[in-house]
Amino acid sequence: MHELPITQSILDVVVKHAHTNNVKRVLSITLRIGELSDLEDEWIQRYFDYLSKDTVAEKAKLKIERAPVVMRCNGCSRSFEAKIKEKKEIACPECGSTKNFTLISGREYYVKDMEVQ
Amino acid sequence: MDEVRLIEVKEDILSDNEDMASEVRERMRGEKAYLLNLMSSPGAGKTSLILRTLEKIKHDIRVGVIEADIDSTVDAEKVIAESGTTAIQLRTGGFCHLDAAMVTQGLDALDLDSLDLVIIENVGNLVCPAEFDTGATKNAMILSVPEGDDKPLKYPLMFSICHVLLVNKIDYLDHEDFDLGALKQRVTTLNPDIRIIEVSCKTGEGIDTWVDWLRGEVETVLS
Repeated sequence: MHELPITQSILDVVVKHAHTNNVKRVLSITLRIGELSDLEDEWIQRYFDYLSKDTVAEKAKLKIERAPVVMRCNGCSRSFEAKIKEKKEIACPECGSTKNFTLISGREYYVKDMEVQ
Repeated sequence: MDEVRLIEVKEDILSDNEDMASEVRERMRGEKAYLLNLMSSPGAGKTSLILRTLEKIKHDIRVGVIEADIDSTVDAEKVIAESGTTAIQLRTGGFCHLDAAMVTQGLDALDLDSLDLVIIENVGNLVCPAEFDTGATKNAMILSVPEGDDKPLKYPLMFSICHVLLVNKIDYLDHEDFDLGALKQRVTTLNPDIRIIEVSCKTGEGIDTWVDWLRGEVETVLS
């Protein structure tokens, strides 16, 4: 469970940006998290509610956007979404190759934006 | 009532850790020492592999070990110290992983001038350690045969960030429904450059291949 230190990092980023933008209250925060990462939505919110008490982000709602795993086939340069958690072998939809891919995205881990007052 | 507005943030959640990890790498380069981050599930054989490795290299490579496994039944610190290697135990306070700040503390407790290689025995876990860059020169992981060949499907990030995968307890292969070919296919799809080495810490099979890899790596920072 690495959600606690991660939640603290999220709060730090949010409070910093709230401060530089003269924000009175943070209403919601959108996170963009790659499908390669494990993050329990429910726990993140619980930890956030706990850690954000008495801060500008108290009661803010966390929204998590999942970024799909995208690979590029090194054979034909086609990029495609890969279902890496399924048992079925991953194959390029263009040329059918089952190896030689480059991971293009799926490791995103950032605070995208926030709704504020 | 104040107007609701949207602020674009686009800031990496783990950027502080990543900055610190870069500092660790810089420090190790300055010290001409190699930092290996060893990860696995509990019980996959991290401590056994370290002990096997030390037997082979301790006479010509000066090794330090940073121990962080919170749930070890063996007092690894003591066992490793008995082999004549410097080992320090990090008090992770129940943390599920090491981050670059904790590794920095560990490095501070070691005399890096007198070491060529530092091995981090990370916390036994395939999820959290994958998210936190420790500042290691390279990442190694162990998957043991009894854990099953489907682990890359469940923990893809871990398999995608490692430079070398040791498939341990390979002597169990005949007793398990473990498809080595399927494992390799799954892992190399995620990570085409990964080196996969089959080993058994029990019988010693494959240990020389692993040690050769490690020696080659350590030599790159010593020269």
